[in-house]
Amino acid sequence: MSSAHATSTYVPKSHIAKWFESRLPLVGLVHSSFVAFPVPRNLNYFYTFGAILIAFLGIQIITGVWLAMHYDPSAANAFESVEHIMRDVNYGWLLRYAHANGASMFFVAVYVHIFRNLYYGSYKAPREVLYLLGVIIYLLMMATAFLGYTLPWGQMSFWGATVITNILAAIPVVGDTIQSLLWGGYSVGNPTVNRFFSLHFLLPWMIAGVVVLHVWALHVTGQNNPAGIPIKSSKDAVPFTPYATIKDVFAVVVFMILFAWFIFYQPNYLGHADNYVPANPSVTPAHIVPEWYFLPFYAILRAVPDKLGGVVLMFGAVLILAFAPWLDTSRVRSCNYRPVYRIFFWVFTANAIILGWLGAKPPEGGYVIASQICTAYYFAHFLIVMPLVGLFETPDRLPGSILETVTGPGKQLSGSGMPAGAAAEPAKRA
Amino acid sequence: MRIALLAAAGLLAAALGSTSLRAEDGHAPNPPREKWSFAGMFGRFDQAQLQRGFQVYKEVCANCHSMRLVAFRNLAEAGGPGFSAAQVKALAETYSVKELDDSGSEKERAARPADRFPPPFPNDKAAAAANGGKAPPDFSVLAKARTYERGFPWFVFDALPFTGYSEQGVDYIHALLTGYEDAPKGFEMPGSGYYNKYYPGHVIAMPNPLSEGQITYPKNDKGEPVVPETVEQYSHDVAAFMAWAAEPHMMARKALGLRVILFLIVLAGLLYYVKKQIWKKVGGEVHGLQPELHKTY
Repeated sequence: MSSAHATSTYVPKSHIAKWFESRLPLVGLVHSSFVAFPVPRNLNYFYTFGAILIAFLGIQIITGVWLAMHYDPSAANAFESVEHIMRDVNYGWLLRYAHANGASMFFVAVYVHIFRNLYYGSYKAPREVLYLLGVIIYLLMMATAFLGYTLPWGQMSFWGATVITNILAAIPVVGDTIQSLLWGGYSVGNPTVNRFFSLHFLLPWMIAGVVVLHVWALHVTGQNNPAGIPIKSSKDAVPFTPYATIKDVFAVVVFMILFAWFIFYQPNYLGHADNYVPANPSVTPAHIVPEWYFLPFYAILRAVPDKLGGVVLMFGAVLILAFAPWLDTSRVRSCNYRPVYRIFFWVFTANAIILGWLGAKPPEGGYVIASQICTAYYFAHFLIVMPLVGLFETPDRLPGSILETVTGPGKQLSGSGMPAGAAAEPAKRA
Repeated sequence: MRIALLAAAGLLAAALGSTSLRAEDGHAPNPPREKWSFAGMFGRFDQAQLQRGFQVYKEVCANCHSMRLVAFRNLAEAGGPGFSAAQVKALAETYSVKELDDSGSEKERAARPADRFPPPFPNDKAAAAANGGKAPPDFSVLAKARTYERGFPWFVFDALPFTGYSEQGVDYIHALLTGYEDAPKGFEMPGSGYYNKYYPGHVIAMPNPLSEGQITYPKNDKGEPVVPETVEQYSHDVAAFMAWAAEPHMMARKALGLRVILFLIVLAGLLYYVKKQIWKKVGGEVHGLQPELHKTY
């Protein structure tokens, strides 16, 4: 099976454990993936966001299943059933605020995870498949979040659903069919809430499935690290448990403080006041704005005067991420050793934040011009900067080993606790 | 490469600069920020204020505005105006609700604490017809359904501890109720509607609902009202009441939040100590991006 399995040092002790392991080596698989798995010893806290994301997937599924017990997916009752949860269900306000803010925290974590990946060049060979699975998870997350935001059936739910389903209609040939399928009729209405609820319940399980593949792929290639160089000896690595486990648990708890702050003290900060107005097809809100995590893409959509062009660029902005492994020509992974590209990375990050700010502004005057400039730069980063800087940049000298980045060259550290040879990269093994 | 960087920086500067080209769109002024007992981490509703606010709602607002999601029993629940169960029962009995009897015909009966506040109009169309074509908004979540834009950088501080701000809705309601004035010279009023300083577009369909001395507040021992019977006070009280109606579990939420966050901070501290102990065995770890650390060799 996977090479992660090959690193397993699990030896069943009891009779029943031996019996089970010889029929289904599940405990050995978990042991090799989350106990014995070699982790580069130089990982920083940006590498704990994978664990944070898994925690949030769990939180969203648990709170979501409980909310679904009380929610009524119909145009007539959806708004009131959400208020019923807020007012009459025991701790319903906690479930709902946790779920709504959990979605935002999920995106905070995924953006840190994505930008960490871009900074350290984790998308580069041999981790392309791992990375592509991540892009798929991100797409599924966006779809799930959009569907979820329509469910309270407030004004922003209704008009957000209307805007997004209308832009899908711009897709040539199949656009109208997709739109009718999503609507379940000739406009956003009762069948739309029904099917959006059904899809909103389905997609998280698909995310969970792709997450399993994502973790599997991670354990085949091993983790990248701030030095961007592979594990060369057992001294470069520490076993996942207890080293990464305790660090991840600590990071998850710290992140939960931020989460709790929003749930208990700013529960509506990341939402829109308009969504406390029940959906009304005959009154359009002054500004239709998506949730904050979609704002950069919303700015790109509105930067283009042509509807189809806007849709193409908006989806293109997400899909272009998938080409990063092949657009980046540098042989060095980590920005720590890429003095020129490192600056471009921060310019790209600033550009993405500015796009987000522009997405929240009305599409008029200077905001449109600014969105167009930032959109152009967004794509130029992938299509021009990534290939060219890789070709012309002189990277800094790479350290000899991961251990060296921790101790300095030539110095020694006490042992890693890894069995010799267990930590080598798969390509080098066998 | 330097040229490329300069070009990139120039593009971003141009992007930011061009936003200032935007024309002014004549927004209403921002509502003044009021002091609310329920603001902040330790905020609590003032029971007496909620009771007075309910009185304002009942005597003035309820003539046109429904409050469909609030039940009479809510008035006696913890964290609210703190009426007694007997008071709520007596209050409910002054209202009547419609229901079908066993023969299928509609009949009226006295409301019970479990009933929700009956709306002033039989349906939205009747409400709209009686109010110039547009039904007055329901009060249940109105305090959360109104806001105003704070803009950068204020919206950042609004999210933080100690500078946090989530009372935009009640501030707006208070400003609106005290914002009726004569239209400034040169402002063309349409045929119907009233001028309000804080209403977006300034022309509001609702006539000024409050006037000085309009509502008789409870008296103290000396026979004087406990608080001034002014529009300013009425407006404060009813806005506070609306904040409670929109978020009846706010006090439970803030109290639980404090315990959860303190627990998480202590847990994080313990975990950090355990982590340090564990990592000591392999000689510690590196933190952060630290490009400079890596560059030294």
